[in-house]
Amino acid sequence: MSHAVANSAHGSQHNDHGTESNYLTARKGLLSWLFTLDHKRIGLMYLVSVIVFLLVGGLFALIVRAELMTPEGDLLDPDTYNRFFTLHGAIMVFLVIIPSIPASLGNIFLPLMLGAKDVAFPRLNLASFHIYVVGAMFFLYTLISGGLDTGWTFYTPYSIETGTSVIAATLGAFILGFSSIFTGLNFIVTIHKMRAPGMSWYRMPLFLWAIYSTSLIQVLATPVLAITLLLLIMERAFGIGIFDASLGGDPVLFQHFFWFYSHPAVYIMILPGFGVISEMITVHSRKNIFGYKAIALSSVAIAVIGFLVWGHHMFTSGQSEIASALFSFITFAVAVPTAIKVFSWVATLYGGSIRFTTPMWYTLSFLFLFTIGGLTGLFLGSLATDIHLHDTYFVVAHFHYVMAGGTIIAFLGALHHWWPKITGRMYNEGLGKISALLVFLGFNLTFFPQFVMGSHGMPRRYHSYLPEYQTWHVISSIGSFVLGAGVFLAVCYLTYSALRGKKAPDNPWNGVSLEWETATPPIEHNFVTQPVATRGPYEFDEIDTSSGRSHH
Amino acid sequence: MTLFVTTVLANAGTSGAMPPQASTIAPEVDGLFYFIFILCTIFFVGIVGAIIYFAAKYRQRSSNDRTSAIDGNHRLELLWSAIPTVLLLVIFGWSFRIWLDMSVPPGDAIDVRVTGQKWSWSYDYPASGCVGVSEIVVPVGEPVKLTMSSLDVLHSYFVPAFRIKRDVIPNRYTVQWFTATEVGTYPVSCTEYCGTGHSIMASQVRVVSRPEYEDWLANDCGGGDKSGEELFRDKGCLACHSVTGSKLVGPTMLGLYGREETLVGGEKVLVDDNYIRESIINPNAKVVQGYDPVMPTFKGRIKDRQIDAIIDYLKTLK
Ligand code: HEC
Ligand SMILES: [Cu+2]
Ligand SMILES: [Cu+2]
Repeated sequence: MSHAVANSAHGSQHNDHGTESNYLTARKGLLSWLFTLDHKRIGLMYLVSVIVFLLVGGLFALIVRAELMTPEGDLLDPDTYNRFFTLHGAIMVFLVIIPSIPASLGNIFLPLMLGAKDVAFPRLNLASFHIYVVGAMFFLYTLISGGLDTGWTFYTPYSIETGTSVIAATLGAFILGFSSIFTGLNFIVTIHKMRAPGMSWYRMPLFLWAIYSTSLIQVLATPVLAITLLLLIMERAFGIGIFDASLGGDPVLFQHFFWFYSHPAVYIMILPGFGVISEMITVHSRKNIFGYKAIALSSVAIAVIGFLVWGHHMFTSGQSEIASALFSFITFAVAVPTAIKVFSWVATLYGGSIRFTTPMWYTLSFLFLFTIGGLTGLFLGSLATDIHLHDTYFVVAHFHYVMAGGTIIAFLGALHHWWPKITGRMYNEGLGKISALLVFLGFNLTFFPQFVMGSHGMPRRYHSYLPEYQTWHVISSIGSFVLGAGVFLAVCYLTYSALRGKKAPDNPWNGVSLEWETATPPIEHNFVTQPVATRGPYEFDEIDTSSGRSHH
Repeated sequence: MTLFVTTVLANAGTSGAMPPQASTIAPEVDGLFYFIFILCTIFFVGIVGAIIYFAAKYRQRSSNDRTSAIDGNHRLELLWSAIPTVLLLVIFGWSFRIWLDMSVPPGDAIDVRVTGQKWSWSYDYPASGCVGVSEIVVPVGEPVKLTMSSLDVLHSYFVPAFRIKRDVIPNRYTVQWFTATEVGTYPVSCTEYCGTGHSIMASQVRVVSRPEYEDWLANDCGGGDKSGEELFRDKGCLACHSVTGSKLVGPTMLGLYGREETLVGGEKVLVDDNYIRESIINPNAKVVQGYDPVMPTFKGRIKDRQIDAIIDYLKTLK
């Protein structure tokens, strides 16, 4: 007997996974990890790296916040401060948020949810991880060899002139880009070619739609970043004038190139978050998703339209006024599919049976924070108000609400949601909720005051500031320490539970998507026999179909 | 209606989320700001209210709870796509109107040149020959146009009380303008990261009455470098360019500014600040039809500020 029969009674089913041992113990030794072709092991290695860098990036943030407790720059000298905020941003963007959900959880769960044995190109997958490690090495080298002080945006001509390790860091980001491209390519092919029998496009879990859209952007946009960074390196190393005005180049051109990648990258960062929210909100409320197609297709719409809005980062850059107006207009166009998603998630709760597990706490926290992040985007997408708010703390608050309040919160939630499946152990629910609460409170305490400061005119990337802002900065710093404690607590009890936690059942949340059909932790080859998708990913047993409203 | 909301909100705005309003554009921006703010508050309360209500009402009661089979509702979905779309269009339209005002400086604006250099701002008043002034003084109620450039990396010139901000770029002019409405002193900060001294790259705008402004021009800020006319002579431009209309080795400068020039190859360009600047720094980039490319480059031999002065001089040759 096997789990292939997807509609057998879930949870109660007693699984016999043949004689195959689970993926964690199937092979032994360090090399069996470093050169594994198993998507789950690769995903797990990504996961560990991402969490380590999350702590490193977070540490830099806390030092930056400590400096900002007083208006004078007394804790760090300005150059050190500039390096620290740069490293915080660069590490968080390139080593944490971009790979966070897709490369770690996506790697582990995409084949499982598709009912596939592995990704389409396991070797490419391994290569992507190795490339990630090499890219990360360049960043570590940057850390010890003079740091980096350009901001994560590398704007020219500053990045051409500064004495810090720009070449090492940009090479790092360049290399990391390939890791991202490989992963994206792999996922696209896997989704097209390796869906289990019965798994039509519209039967795929929404997480896969999100990963699919993300992968499209990764494959199409990342090369532009690679080329841009290469041009920057050429300019710095060989004095070829492309961006540097004194060499006859155009510094604003760099911004166009940079944001042509980096705005879509915002969606590389947030779409996977959207995906896991759809998974968690359904499973933990025992409801089918509200508006499956709207959510699935809005991801694709966001991915496509997202390519045409990069200039909204440049309203003050001196680009043509007409161009700015056009970019603003298209930016508002992306807001609509995003709003649709939020409404659909909220509507999903209607008529459910909501379980307040840690993943659900994170999901609700996401809805709260992301709504603030999204709504404050309206101030910035609108031309006249953006002129005032651009490059102030308002922007800092906005993108942290979206990137951290959105992606990182979704990532933490998903980590708890799938933790039993990944490790075979349960984490401690009580500690889970305490940490979720600390993260939520700390987060708002940190970033809400920044909206206030920003609209009053406090510029970002300032090492010292006018005394009138101090109260808000102090609140923000205290918040960041609470937030840091929450995340640190989560890392501690999760690590503990992976080693000592109580054994998890195969399907602790009674999910009906295919990843719950296999053993916990999954066996090396995922499924004993080819699973068949016989129902939608959210058609839970609790759903009362007698009223006949399930399809319309 | 919009007007009404704008005025009400703008008046509420002086002590609210935004800094004091001290320019004609500030109340307009704030009106929109508070409009978006109210919309956001309504949506936020609605969304979070619904979440809390559902979370309480539909929390798990027993392990054999049945849940609703609803998986969509086309009418509802259409509604919640359409309403945001309309509201977003309103925001865009409103914002665009203000944007037009912000983008087009009035023709009679007082010209002030702003130069950003790590990590200070300096100002030139071309009309009165003041160069390298470290403070900007403007008369209340009159439009002022800032033509800005940087001598090194990017900077950005931000006056919160005026709600204006524009990047300051090497080798290119960017422009912004304001009309101050209140006498007073308003902080300026740099908002484009520029290295070590970024956070101390501050300045201030002093808004004074017309007589006080004239006084200042006459007493404090006069003197300084040579004028554009003197430079045009001293740099040897007169050898090839007349200022009287006659054709020498190069075209005459009389009536040059604002003229449409035909280049070798037939392309047409409008003579503006950037074009003249390019003609001096990189003369062969655009060669005027009917002339040989013999003008030497002045790159490295002429300061940005002197180019500015020459351009302003050329503008007077009508
Ligand atoms: C050796 C002669 C020579 C000298 C000296 C010279 N120019 Fe020129 N300049 C020319 C010629 C010839 C042209 C037209 C061909 C071209 O565009 O390069 C020209 C073109 C220009 C133009 C573009 C005119 C138009 O009608 O479009 C400007 C502006 C200009 N010069 C400014 C200056 C200034 C300012 C100086 C002094 C700092 C100067 N030139 C010195 C020869 C000269
Ligand atoms: Cu963007
Ligand atoms: Cu600066």
